[in-house]
Amino acid sequence: MSYSVIRLNISFPIFNPMKNPDILTCFQCGTCHASCPSGKYTSLNIRKIVRDSIKKDISDQPELWMCTTCYNCQERCPRGIKVTDAVLTLRSEAVKKGKILPAHRKVCNFLIKTGQSIPLDDKHLEIRKKLNLRTDEASWKKARKEVKVLLRSTGFDELVKR
Amino acid sequence: MKKLSLFTGCLIPNRYPGIEKATMLVLERLGIKCSYLKEAACCPAPGIYRSFDKITWLTLASRNLVLAEEKDTDILTICNGCFSSLMDANNILKNDAGLRNEVNAHLQKIGKEYRGTIEVRHIIEFLHTDIGVKKLGDAIDKPLEIRAAVHYGCHLLKPTRDRKLGSAECPVFFDELVEATGAKSVPYEGKTSCCGAGGGVRSAMLETSFRMTEYKLDRIQKAGVDCIIDACPFCHLQYDAGQVELEKSGKNYDIPVLHFTQLLGLALGLTSDEVGLHLNEIVNLKFEEKIAQIQNGNKTEI
Repeated sequence: MSYSVIRLNISFPIFNPMKNPDILTCFQCGTCHASCPSGKYTSLNIRKIVRDSIKKDISDQPELWMCTTCYNCQERCPRGIKVTDAVLTLRSEAVKKGKILPAHRKVCNFLIKTGQSIPLDDKHLEIRKKLNLRTDEASWKKARKEVKVLLRSTGFDELVKR
Repeated sequence: MKKLSLFTGCLIPNRYPGIEKATMLVLERLGIKCSYLKEAACCPAPGIYRSFDKITWLTLASRNLVLAEEKDTDILTICNGCFSSLMDANNILKNDAGLRNEVNAHLQKIGKEYRGTIEVRHIIEFLHTDIGVKKLGDAIDKPLEIRAAVHYGCHLLKPTRDRKLGSAECPVFFDELVEATGAKSVPYEGKTSCCGAGGGVRSAMLETSFRMTEYKLDRIQKAGVDCIIDACPFCHLQYDAGQVELEKSGKNYDIPVLHFTQLLGLALGLTSDEVGLHLNEIVNLKFEEKIAQIQNGNKTEI
């Protein structure tokens, strides 16, 4: 009894720190995988992710990042397991270990630099002017500055440097 | 009910400003008072930031929520990603004192405090609930007799435990709004399936994301429609730019993609240019002529 508890704490990354214990109730029916739009075309098998995540550290698996977070698996799970939420936990565990895809790192740096994930470029600034839409540089500047303070405060800028 | 502040996000103002223009014009025509949430920043996008670090995601979302609290308005979103981030963060922070304190410790550094006094809305559920299908239909002079493929987008509906907008398998509220414009919402296989863009998949694995888009577009094309109607600029981008990308592999769709506010604008008598259809990648002149004909009482000759 005590052995299994110790083993849980040491080897089951998803239980550290016990964020998604509901996945222990999975009986591997495969409804999640059958509902997965990404799994039709990629090596993502969400049933295996759930299975493996309680056995070993899967931070290295590229499949974690093939999920579009559409929530089909979570909605249809007969056990009510919060499957997509678990994927988010597993991803954040991977990020803590520095497993960040180059494209995602780039988007994060846009956020740090501009306060936006998709910054305004010259082409669209011109379109905005033509459409008489607001080009409120003072407000945007304030937003940029405050976002920078917050990202430093939460340690996000350090996190994406890993 | 509180007044509304419009939260435009990143993608609409910076890549599809036509949707923003259509939204402003439509709200004005319907007499819905709504001002910009100035100083707002990224929602932040759920696909990447929620995956990366929950506290950062909550903190940036709470900053946007506080901006609306300071104005004492609810937030109106026109993007499923913004809706998802802001609504989920709002619910989490309202119900979890520990996280609220943690987030407020960060917010203190910019002189702000989250209090949990406002709600987050999406324009689709807002129009359906607060304006209503009948009133919307009454505002429309010339019904658009076109066939539309409605795409809800995942995060408008799911997770259902948080959205509380009914079934995600067989939803109807968005179709009802589309049909209020006179369009027919055409059923198609895989209607509630993902466009392929979400979760950071589009940004990191573009080809993979297009396989999912192709699945959808093939079935939409088979259903025989005049246009795709979405509620999210990310789905919009995926269908619009995706068609151009899929042309390289021999596909030929040429299906115009409209955010619902653009469709509603057309139904309220605005022109294709006024609602920004010319700013899409896919510009289908036949569709625009068809709309102009309907608006002009079918008098125009092709």
